Amino acid sequence: MHPITTAHYLGLSAALLLIGTVGVLTRRNIVIILMSIELILNAVNLNLIAFSKALQSVNGQIFAIFVITDAVAEAAVGLGILIALFRNKETVLADEIDLLKW
Amino acid sequence: MSSFYTASDHFVLIPAIMLALFGCAVLLFDLLVEPRQRKYLVLLVTAGEIFTGVALVRQQMYLSANGLSQLAAFQGSLTVDGFAIFFNWIFLAATLIVAMVSYKYLDIAGEHHGEYYGLLLLAQCGMFFLAAGTDLITLFIGLELMALCFYVMVGFLRTEKRSNEAAMKYLLLGAFSSGFLVYGFSVMYGISGSTKLADVASAIGSRQPWDPVVFLAMVTTTVGLLFKISAVPFHMWAPDAYEGAPTTVTAYLSVASKAASMAFLLRIFLGPLAPARVSWEWLLSAVAIATMTVGNLAAINQNNIKRLLAYSSISHAGYMLLGLIAGNDTGIKGVAVYVLVYTFMNLGAFLVVVALRRKDIIGEELDDIAGLIHRSPGYASLMLIFLLSLAGIPPTAGFLGKYYIFLSLVETQHYTLAVIAVLYVAVAIYYYFRIVRAMFIRDAADRVPLASSLGLRVALGVSGVLTLGIGIYPEPFLQMAQVSLMR
Repeated sequence: MHPITTAHYLGLSAALLLIGTVGVLTRRNIVIILMSIELILNAVNLNLIAFSKALQSVNGQIFAIFVITDAVAEAAVGLGILIALFRNKETVLADEIDLLKW
Repeated sequence: MSSFYTASDHFVLIPAIMLALFGCAVLLFDLLVEPRQRKYLVLLVTAGEIFTGVALVRQQMYLSANGLSQLAAFQGSLTVDGFAIFFNWIFLAATLIVAMVSYKYLDIAGEHHGEYYGLLLLAQCGMFFLAAGTDLITLFIGLELMALCFYVMVGFLRTEKRSNEAAMKYLLLGAFSSGFLVYGFSVMYGISGSTKLADVASAIGSRQPWDPVVFLAMVTTTVGLLFKISAVPFHMWAPDAYEGAPTTVTAYLSVASKAASMAFLLRIFLGPLAPARVSWEWLLSAVAIATMTVGNLAAINQNNIKRLLAYSSISHAGYMLLGLIAGNDTGIKGVAVYVLVYTFMNLGAFLVVVALRRKDIIGEELDDIAGLIHRSPGYASLMLIFLLSLAGIPPTAGFLGKYYIFLSLVETQHYTLAVIAVLYVAVAIYYYFRIVRAMFIRDAADRVPLASSLGLRVALGVSGVLTLGIGIYPEPFLQMAQVSLMR
């Protein structure tokens, strides 16, 4: 068995970032887009914790707690806006939200 | 690590404490007042801004009395220097002006809630941390505090589809870009083992400028920052959010959020990323050219005034970036001056659009402003001043901003960029004068003068006086920008 090193964590984190980015750019459902954004923020958390462990510094863990808090706040506001939107338009699909365009 | 919260920490933090306290106080008082008395919450906002202003003045006096260029607090997470104070004055002025004009507009729109004023103050609290933060965590939290307040404010007209849609788009792209930004921050932390900007800068400085890890951190952070200042190719949210949001929020979003993001961007690029300059200078040059091109060309055939001004504000972001690309003292001073004059001229232009809103008339199309000179000559002439200033024509303030940016480009031999920038000014004059032509030459659909309120008249007067005043007598303002340079 090979030990799991920092590089493995960073690789996983990069993969999550990529999956999240592709999700944001290609999915139609806004709820799934919000989930993809959470995935990006979790990639960040994984990065921070891996560095924190490797560098023996506690700052990264504190940073991760703040990122988690922010992710929750963003999801709360995002779903709140989505509910307001759904009440008026009855859709959660990004490509049907098209009143504003040039 | 002797003490966690010293007197000097407190002294540095007072403006943010005042903003947060008064922001919460507004929310509480909103429960006590009758719905039609809500406009008196503006007085509470004003009181909060006075306390914040006094705290800023005291910090300024403390710095100059002791001959300090900066005062660090919380083990270097927060730094008050001329730069932070300069930008905080801009945020203060913008918030106060927007609060003054909002009550009438929100009344007409039927969504006058006390939370609005609370969100204004809390957003400004986030901006304080963006301008004064010198730690990755502090900056990130400041950014999110500001952005979350803005998401809610953009969607404030709950029953209007366009407002919902604008807020949704803004939130999705804003959160996405924040994710990228903080990913870049996590890599910076990995490089340096510290979240302090100074430590990150020295860690990056000890590596090669083209080091792949540094490049990764630079690119992801840059993507996030460019989103926030709405630079091309990350500008798509701006016209939609600006058009759908309540016009008062659009005004606030276009000046305060942009000024705060610009302060943030300067902190990052002149701090931790400064040693890797060769790796981002070409990138930002390309972005600046693309931003000026798209902003100016897309503005040409807009018929919605808010959308036109949105594209114009995108192009202004391009001009601001040019000062950073030049990078010498004139350039950085140029960005500071540009942000200052942009605040008042852009705010003023949006305030005139605010005045166009009436009970049954949205008042955002070019047709709605037609013949304004016959209906309300005062508003029309003020709008003319703001548009001349936005186009950069002397003796208005906008000329001064552009002058320093172009001067710095010439000083640093960026002749191509300077020529492109000057050519786009000519394009800009064309679309600004479409509005002027509509106001002065076309006939009005009706002759009813515009709605107005005391707050709106005061706010427009202040913006107009400053837009002309900074242009005619720039010395004290240049002095302020000069002080902000001492870093």
